[in-house]
Amino acid sequence: MSTETIIEARGLTKRFPDQPKKNSKKVVEAVSNLDFHVGRGELVAFLGPNGAGKSTSLRMLTTLIPPTSGTARVVGHDILTQPADVRARIGYVGQLTSGSFSQRARDELLSQGAFYGMTRAAAKQRADELIESLDLTGFALRSVQQLSGGQKRRLDVALGLMHSPPLLFLDEPSTGLDPQSRANLWKHILDLRTQHGTTVFLTTHYLEEADRYAERVMVMDRGRVIADDTAPRLKAELAGDVLTLGFATTSDAERAIPVVQQLTDRSVRADTETTITVTAPDGDTLLPSAVRALDAQKITVTRATGVPPTLDDVFLALTGRTLRDAGETHESEETAQTDASPDDENSEQPNDHTPTATTAGARR
Amino acid sequence: MTIQTNHHDTAVRENAARDTWNVLTRELKPVARDPFTLIFSLVQPLIFLGLFAPLLIGQSGMPIGETLQWFVPGVLVMIVLFGTGATGSNLQYEMMTGSHERTLVAPLARSSLLVGRALKEIAPIAVQALIIVLIAWPFGFAIHWGGLVIGLALLAVFGVGLGSLSYTLALGTKDREWLFWGVQQTLIFPLLILSGMLLPLDDSPAWMQAIATVNPVNWVVQAERALLAGNLGDTAVLWGWTSAIVLAAIGLVIGVRAMRKSS
Repeated sequence: MSTETIIEARGLTKRFPDQPKKNSKKVVEAVSNLDFHVGRGELVAFLGPNGAGKSTSLRMLTTLIPPTSGTARVVGHDILTQPADVRARIGYVGQLTSGSFSQRARDELLSQGAFYGMTRAAAKQRADELIESLDLTGFALRSVQQLSGGQKRRLDVALGLMHSPPLLFLDEPSTGLDPQSRANLWKHILDLRTQHGTTVFLTTHYLEEADRYAERVMVMDRGRVIADDTAPRLKAELAGDVLTLGFATTSDAERAIPVVQQLTDRSVRADTETTITVTAPDGDTLLPSAVRALDAQKITVTRATGVPPTLDDVFLALTGRTLRDAGETHESEETAQTDASPDDENSEQPNDHTPTATTAGARR
Repeated sequence: MTIQTNHHDTAVRENAARDTWNVLTRELKPVARDPFTLIFSLVQPLIFLGLFAPLLIGQSGMPIGETLQWFVPGVLVMIVLFGTGATGSNLQYEMMTGSHERTLVAPLARSSLLVGRALKEIAPIAVQALIIVLIAWPFGFAIHWGGLVIGLALLAVFGVGLGSLSYTLALGTKDREWLFWGVQQTLIFPLLILSGMLLPLDDSPAWMQAIATVNPVNWVVQAERALLAGNLGDTAVLWGWTSAIVLAAIGLVIGVRAMRKSS
């Protein structure tokens, strides 16, 4: 995997009018001063609650909306001055359904091929390859309207891949899918990467998804990237394993605290009368060594648990809110509608094309 | 199963003519696959032909053929007014379900997304107009083939204009379907009545006649009557073409502008 840069964002910022009225001077800063690089071949996820600015960022990077300030180079071209060059080199799977409901699935793939300058023969061959590899055989001649949610989503991915782009953007790819369809979709995305080294850039508000599949997680909140690392490192540095040790008596628990404290620089404290707890990044090694050290001091550990952290713990450590709470707050605050509303399939997931409710003025 | 990859680093460039053709052929696919949708959307004009024409015949006391010669050209314009005037709702649906967004990320000239759609309207208009003419024929409607061909061409230009305006309305109203239909219905019926399509405006009050004078639909209807009667040199034909061309030009310009702003 080379280190060649495929996305370079510099000071990318998007403000929307707070009210859809023209005279309103109040603005909402949906994305603030985004600076980041993505190397060719990376699999990066924007993780954050609804309204964090993930989709707005993606919509700027894919030339759908112009930034208020700042810019980005995507596959070697500037999104502001060379949007057509960017479009020709990226694949995009939006939050909604890419296929037109009145079209047949295969027809949409062929149209997409024509849009990207493929010959009819090349488009046919490519469409049939994608239909087979994305398990759409048998549904290809149905109209998009007749497809199930999972089939629609796989067609969306096929449409995004039709012209074999070196960079694929996916906006909430698995929202609205059942767990099986979600796993199936991810299998396809991961296969694609291992076979072709396609760079994948996605947004998600599913913790497990970012944790399990993304190699690099950019945590977004209120228009800003507040952390950017691999999931294991984010968890180790910002959250840590929660270790709990149980004892037969309160005095054992009290005597155990200084013993365990010698092994770690994280604070060890009493949890209940007979248990003590510590949150540490190296919990998997700390736990056995703590048990051994306590044994040596003739303090018997009766129960021991180590709970590894989730990205939600990371988000909590960073913002003081859990991802779920943050999402709910933002959902209720969202008012301005800047684009088409989502269809039924995605109704549980409001567009975060809409700006977050935090005003730029209030933040300063 | 492997997916072949040949990264297109000689990536495609936007080309308005080729992109328009690609958008046009894509739009025609559902129509070509299911041509019965065209016949189904003819229900409204057929009701006017079947239930309104007899009333006209009874009222005017003129022979059936003569009444149809007056009424059928109006029905052809009605097809455009009701069918093409509503076509923006298709785009609105695609904006709401997501496929419009996909085409905006594709390397297509923005103008092609509007012009290709507007040109597609010609196909249903031509097919539907021919069906109406062929239905009226056995009842005494005389077909002047030269006039019919020019009349269909005029309808096509008028349809491209009205279709563009309908798409513009969709792009402007975004996800507010009620607004699209509210505006569309508010405009369609005055345009219909003030075009003398259903009843002659000869006995109407002066203010109605004044409005009809600036109603392009009125001029297109009068031109169609002249053309379908074989009077190719009638001045109404000139006014009809002028109205249709101006409408098409305005529609395409503001439509393309709205498409450029679309996100």
